[in-house]
Amino acid sequence: MSRLQTRYDALRTADKKAVVPYIVAGDPSVGATVPLMHRLVAAGADVLELGVPFSDPMSEGPVIQLGHERALENGVSLRGVLAMVSAFREEDTETPVVVMGYANPVERMGHEAFADACASAGVDGVITVDLPPEEVDGLNEHLIRVGIDNIFLISPTTPDERISTIVSRASGFIYYVAVKGVTGAGNLDVADVRHHLGLIRAASSLPVAVGFGIKDAASASNVAAIADGVVVGSALIDTIAQGIANGDTEAAAIDKAVALLTDIRAGVNKVASAP
Amino acid sequence: MTAKHDPALYASVPDAHGRFGQFGGKFVAETLMSALADLEDLYRRLANDAEFQREFDEDLAHYVGRPSPLYEAARMSDHIGGARIFLKREDLNHTGAHKVNNTIGQALLAKHMGKKRVIAETGAGQHGVASATVAARLGLECHVFMGEEDVQRQSLNVYRMKLLGAEVIPVTSGSRTLKDAMNEAMRDWVTNVDDTFYIIGTVAGPHPYPMLVRDFQSVIGREARHQSLAMTGKLPDALVACVGGGSNAIGLFHPFLGDESVAMYGVEAGGHGVETGEHAAPLSAGTPGVLHGNRTYLMQDENGQISPTHSVSAGLDYPGVGPEHSWLKDIGRVNYVAANDDEALAAFHRWTRMEGVMPALETAHALAYAEKLAAQMTPDQHIIVNLSGRGDKDILTVAALEGIKV
Repeated sequence: MSRLQTRYDALRTADKKAVVPYIVAGDPSVGATVPLMHRLVAAGADVLELGVPFSDPMSEGPVIQLGHERALENGVSLRGVLAMVSAFREEDTETPVVVMGYANPVERMGHEAFADACASAGVDGVITVDLPPEEVDGLNEHLIRVGIDNIFLISPTTPDERISTIVSRASGFIYYVAVKGVTGAGNLDVADVRHHLGLIRAASSLPVAVGFGIKDAASASNVAAIADGVVVGSALIDTIAQGIANGDTEAAAIDKAVALLTDIRAGVNKVASAP
Repeated sequence: MTAKHDPALYASVPDAHGRFGQFGGKFVAETLMSALADLEDLYRRLANDAEFQREFDEDLAHYVGRPSPLYEAARMSDHIGGARIFLKREDLNHTGAHKVNNTIGQALLAKHMGKKRVIAETGAGQHGVASATVAARLGLECHVFMGEEDVQRQSLNVYRMKLLGAEVIPVTSGSRTLKDAMNEAMRDWVTNVDDTFYIIGTVAGPHPYPMLVRDFQSVIGREARHQSLAMTGKLPDALVACVGGGSNAIGLFHPFLGDESVAMYGVEAGGHGVETGEHAAPLSAGTPGVLHGNRTYLMQDENGQISPTHSVSAGLDYPGVGPEHSWLKDIGRVNYVAANDDEALAAFHRWTRMEGVMPALETAHALAYAEKLAAQMTPDQHIIVNLSGRGDKDILTVAALEGIKV
């Protein structure tokens, strides 16, 4: 059984919802990432999403774009990201880690080599933003071979009949993108999320995490009431970047981001049992 | 006839998945997939609709001013002493470049979809101007994304777009050029997908864009074919066009792909020289990858990060290329070569002085190569060069490079 399935099963049994922080590997510095992963787990993260920096992150809003740019300036490559996962696994063999990025670095490494490298690093799931089901079969074949979950996005514009096409290729969990837009956009519509989660649950028994537009304990709590997990990225990355911009040391800025995740964990915990 | 000159081969691409061999496809975030499917459905219906074609042809005739002339550059041809060079005068189109053929077509699609807002990316500004122009005519709200570096070097076109009522948004992310403008346009589209039509300016992007932009631009090659036969009694021996994304080149080449006797040359931006690494010539020196919704040849590093590009011409300063060009390269139908900045600038001056035709700096790359090619050919042969745009927009760039205050 995959780490993702084990974790989500355990959460369901305990009547809890997953908190899924997203950070960009190598931002704000290469040395900061692995310790930050451990601190996020200690603050209540159930699953970690590690962004693979890319020169042209087309689905990211300004906050995460800058995170990608800083990580690239720090010399972080896809291989470097996987090395961070290996380092994380030296101390934590239970928390699922998902790498999230764009197709080209994966294409460049090669689907087979990428799947093998993920498996040996201890990666549990892969999200490739610009590989919709129509383009994913080459990669999927190798992810299935090594037992890594391939996680797909479903969005507010996904037609109802397309949902079954997507979930038929998915494993681990489904990532519902709560807003039409880029990461960090506002105005998440809980009623719309509820409607789409209903459609997804009718087509699949996989857990559904919701991301894009969750920025604090209140929005996390609202979404956790109807989803299996909440993903928070821009808010964490912005907290660190703003802290550093305002003169905080890197350690102090990271403390603030960890405090934000602690708040979000508390907000999610207030939610009663699954619908 | 060899397999690579079978017209059926060229009618068979893209396939149902939007692929040209291994290239093309739809590599976009899920939020855009349904918009692309809607666009493809509409286009496949309208492409065979006589009324839509009539509307498109009328606009090309009465608004753009087509057909554009095929002009024999007799003085330059005599000077070179080789093949005769003919120019397909897309610079004489309304707005001064081939770009308007496509924006007329896509604006008609936007109208049929009931979209009130259009967005576009632009490098040199020609596509932005052509988009702002059709938007003004149809009363559509128009937003043009342009890299901050290009906003500086193409300030005349920026002002033209503003005069036409468009909002020009300088893009400050990444390398601040065309690729970043395209990223930002994609981000806008994903955010405003319900009411917005994205007018992509070249034969790149996700399917169906490479197909529909090719179809709209193919009017260039269809006219050139008739004109060549009428003026010389035969098909051209060679075609030459510059290639950034590659829309003017595909537009000229496509109607001739099945003609075995017609050689084709796509001229990329060699920048400071392909051997220096500072260029924008992915077909000459790149590797296949995925960017902006399609698989194609790219300039990228060993980690799959897109490399910075350099060209004196903003319109060619792009690390990718339309997927059909990547396929045409791999099957060996089209030869892809490069002309560097200095060669293009020299050609800009030479053609201006010898023919009274001031080419865009993008186009000057094609002219630079065409001169070399003509010199290796004989006076009974002829070449058609796509004179894709006029050079007025580049006057300040050329002056600045030469230290002249205008």
